[in-house]
Amino acid sequence: MTPPLSAPIEEKPVLETPEKTAQNPVLATKELIQEVLEVYPDKAKKKREKHLNVFEEGKSDCGVKSNIKSVPGSMTTRGCAYAGSKGVVWGPIKDMIHISHGPVGCGYYSWSGRRNYYIGTTGIDSFGTMDFTSDFQERDIVFGGDKKLAKLITELDELFPLNRGVSIQSECPIGLIGDDIEAVAKKASKEIGKTVVPVRCEGFRGVSQSLGHHIANDAIRDWVFPQYDKEKKAGNIADGTEYDVAIIGDYNIGGDAWSSRILIEEIGLRVAAQWSGDGTLHEMINTPSVKLNLVHCYRSMNYISRHMEETYGIPWLEYNFFGPTQIAESLRAIAAKFDEKIQANAEAVIAKYEAQTKAVIEKFLPRLKDKTVALMVGGLRPRHVIPAFHDLGMKLIGTGYEFGHNDDYKRTTHYVENGTLIYDDVSAYEFEAFIKELKPDLVASGIKEKYVFQKMALPFRQMHSWDYSGPYHGYDGFAIFARDMDLALNSPTWSLIGAPWKKAEITAQ
Amino acid sequence: MVQKNIDNIKDHVELFHQEEYQELFAGKKQFEGGHDPDLVAQTAEWTKTWEYREKNFAREALTVNPAKACQPLGAILAAVGFEKTLPFVHGSQGCVSYFRSHFTRHFKEPFSAVSSSMTEDAAVFGGQNNMIDGLATSYNLYQPKMIAVCTTCMAEVIGDDLQAFINNAKTAGSVPKEFPVPYAHTPSFVGSHITGYDNMLKGILGNLTKGEKAETTNGKINFIPGFETYIGNLREIKRIASLMGINYTLLADNSDYLDSPNTGEYDMYPGGTPLEAAADSINGEATVAFQAYSTTKTREFIEKEWQQPTSVVRPMGIRGTDEFLIKLSALTGQPIPKALEDERGRAVDALTDSQAWLHGKKVALYGDPDLVIGLVQFLLEIGAEPVHIVVSNSNNDFEAELRALLDSSPFGAGATIWGGKDLWHLRSLLFTEPVDLLIGNSYGKYLWRDTKVPFVRIGYPIFDRHHLHRYSTYGYEGTINLLNWIVNTLLEELDRNTIIPAKTDISYDLIR
Repeated sequence: MTPPLSAPIEEKPVLETPEKTAQNPVLATKELIQEVLEVYPDKAKKKREKHLNVFEEGKSDCGVKSNIKSVPGSMTTRGCAYAGSKGVVWGPIKDMIHISHGPVGCGYYSWSGRRNYYIGTTGIDSFGTMDFTSDFQERDIVFGGDKKLAKLITELDELFPLNRGVSIQSECPIGLIGDDIEAVAKKASKEIGKTVVPVRCEGFRGVSQSLGHHIANDAIRDWVFPQYDKEKKAGNIADGTEYDVAIIGDYNIGGDAWSSRILIEEIGLRVAAQWSGDGTLHEMINTPSVKLNLVHCYRSMNYISRHMEETYGIPWLEYNFFGPTQIAESLRAIAAKFDEKIQANAEAVIAKYEAQTKAVIEKFLPRLKDKTVALMVGGLRPRHVIPAFHDLGMKLIGTGYEFGHNDDYKRTTHYVENGTLIYDDVSAYEFEAFIKELKPDLVASGIKEKYVFQKMALPFRQMHSWDYSGPYHGYDGFAIFARDMDLALNSPTWSLIGAPWKKAEITAQ
Repeated sequence: MVQKNIDNIKDHVELFHQEEYQELFAGKKQFEGGHDPDLVAQTAEWTKTWEYREKNFAREALTVNPAKACQPLGAILAAVGFEKTLPFVHGSQGCVSYFRSHFTRHFKEPFSAVSSSMTEDAAVFGGQNNMIDGLATSYNLYQPKMIAVCTTCMAEVIGDDLQAFINNAKTAGSVPKEFPVPYAHTPSFVGSHITGYDNMLKGILGNLTKGEKAETTNGKINFIPGFETYIGNLREIKRIASLMGINYTLLADNSDYLDSPNTGEYDMYPGGTPLEAAADSINGEATVAFQAYSTTKTREFIEKEWQQPTSVVRPMGIRGTDEFLIKLSALTGQPIPKALEDERGRAVDALTDSQAWLHGKKVALYGDPDLVIGLVQFLLEIGAEPVHIVVSNSNNDFEAELRALLDSSPFGAGATIWGGKDLWHLRSLLFTEPVDLLIGNSYGKYLWRDTKVPFVRIGYPIFDRHHLHRYSTYGYEGTINLLNWIVNTLLEELDRNTIIPAKTDISYDLIR
């Protein structure tokens, strides 16, 4: 329903490497793609060539296929449905205990990995940076894990009595051995008198994290919202105000949701629920009472937003709080859904932060201008952060999603320029080959990619975790973003790479 | 406006302490449905009690904050020690992303591994096609000299047969017939990452040494590091062997892979034990492993199939290192050089310099079995007293060995071995029976926050401190590193506890 917010990208000359200036940039990059694909066996090549393309001005999408199985052996960066459900959607709900149900590894590897910040006393009323697991042994595989799960829930409620509820995050074996976690959940819920949500997010389901988001959304629909319906019927849900909104799909990495929320509150709206970073079960249950859902990560939360629209008539609006251009546009778009008072507030807030933003740009733009970036992130940021780079005078030469769908690539067209290289579910091999050829000044991707490119003497920033910095959302976040891009690009350490005598040898040759 | 000074931009560390955000946090509470702060405080206090400890130790089904990972993690660490070897994990693909992220966060190095990306259809029909396609693609793309295959729990639950699949993939032309594709079944519901290391190493050695047995030995000693995450240890072993003039083969040497120089050129496979050298390890004089419980099956295999004597020494602390040198000398006839004797003398000197600050200090520690034994060896020889020893991936042999070690010293008398327990158990132990020092991996920081016990990071993973993995904990040099980390943590704590002017700073001494 919501048209994507378009980025006002000014006409800029298309970046070209010197040797290619004579050529059409689209064609030259298409040739590069063909070269890179050469090494694949035929079957894999046929699959991969559909995922690589060059954006051409005026086209309605990026010309790539997406959300398709990864090629075995290609070294995809993708994760699994469990990662999408436990790691992304459910994990940050701070007052619930999320059980990694199955063998010990999944919970261990995802323990405290995403920096979903929250306020709370960990281990007492909040459980975000903890790892709860049923630590499956061979006997659990052979005889099933339902009894263990039931017992486990009793034990955790006794040891962590202030938990507000439990979610069961299924690991691969659960769906393969035929456990009935739904039955356990229902029974356990009665026993402990709290919400118990079974989630069928086994890692082999789907092709990436993405199906895990969807499954997690469905679990909210089926196991959380019925409580809203019940309470509403009983008259226990307050009407709220006409300015009640929910922030959906902000995982509060490094505090992103807070530096967004502050702006939404400043324009006079009341944020009644925040999903799922620093969120609570109570906020989730009450969400259908809001007047508008503000969707940050469309990829991971569009399903539940659509559901709330269909079932409760709550409209939803995508927004982008990366960089001042988009923040202003988004604040205006949000305010346009409300009355003149809110609209006037939005203008006042934009004006209020103007000095701060101006100072940031004045300081950093001269240091970053015309630097080129290659992005590769998850399901939202490959398009959403582009305007923030543009605000700093930087240029994007390539982008792609780890687990985006066609609708993401459609939305991307508003953000990218003619000739931008697009890579979907890029393999380590392809990414390295593209970067070697295109030589961006900065690579912005994930932890698995970081040191590959740093070894190539390329500045790098992690765009999932903000490289342990953040927040990057909102006006306050933009200042940090600018600072971080500057410190990455202008670090003197890069100039130390390569022994001087080696460099002298090369020059002599 | 919260970024008040553009020359001093505040990130999350300070930004949220500002008034505007503190108000935001306070305002958000009305929507959260949280508990009364008094109840939270009261519950927090309750978790510190003996009553809570008893409840906590009574649990049978729930694991909270375990100190162990699963098999394939160890398997791929073993694999990357061999020359140009690509780990290939057969099963769901998310696992490989987790393993790569985990190692990368610890080592701050690239870590390459591929998955056969099995999905629902493979769950029904088995993953043979994924293996056939995956081997072909990874062989062509990444041009390895060896692909080492292990499994995720998905492939294990559906019962995929690696041997048959790999043979069929070779027949299908995925990789050349003679191309080495060793494999190991590594179910994550059996053992832990150290079991996976053992299984993969055995698989690789079995594959590479097949038909390589010669009439005579090659005069070399094989060293097996085990699930080793200190690059400095591998380098220390090599240095000591060189100093003693010993011919050796490290099975395997992932030190360059996990700590490669930045030259501006990315090399996917730096270093590694040459496959020829690994193949020839069957003809070695003897095999020395530095860990026992991550090499059990591999050593059995070597003893039985190679007819080669094996032994375990843990060169941690003075006596551990002594034992290692004596062992090497006995195996090779090479004398222990003066240089190492001098190193020993210096390390002992350092220990005696610091002994007063260590004597009788009560210590809690957790980690993998062999790391824990090595640390206990060291703690006992400096007069510290291990009290709580938590090992999530414990076993009976290990507990008997550790018990005997503890019984060998009066300083071990107060120790309890908590096999199969986790870090939430340890939290109760630390509250009810406090100690002076905690040793463990980065996850120990949560215990440090809650219990305020001074904390030294030793183990895996270490995510929140840089470069510790580059140091050694082995040898006399490693002994000084251990001593340095431990004694200076205690001294820093002493400063922190004596820092209030006109109150505690009477003891804020310059000289300690």
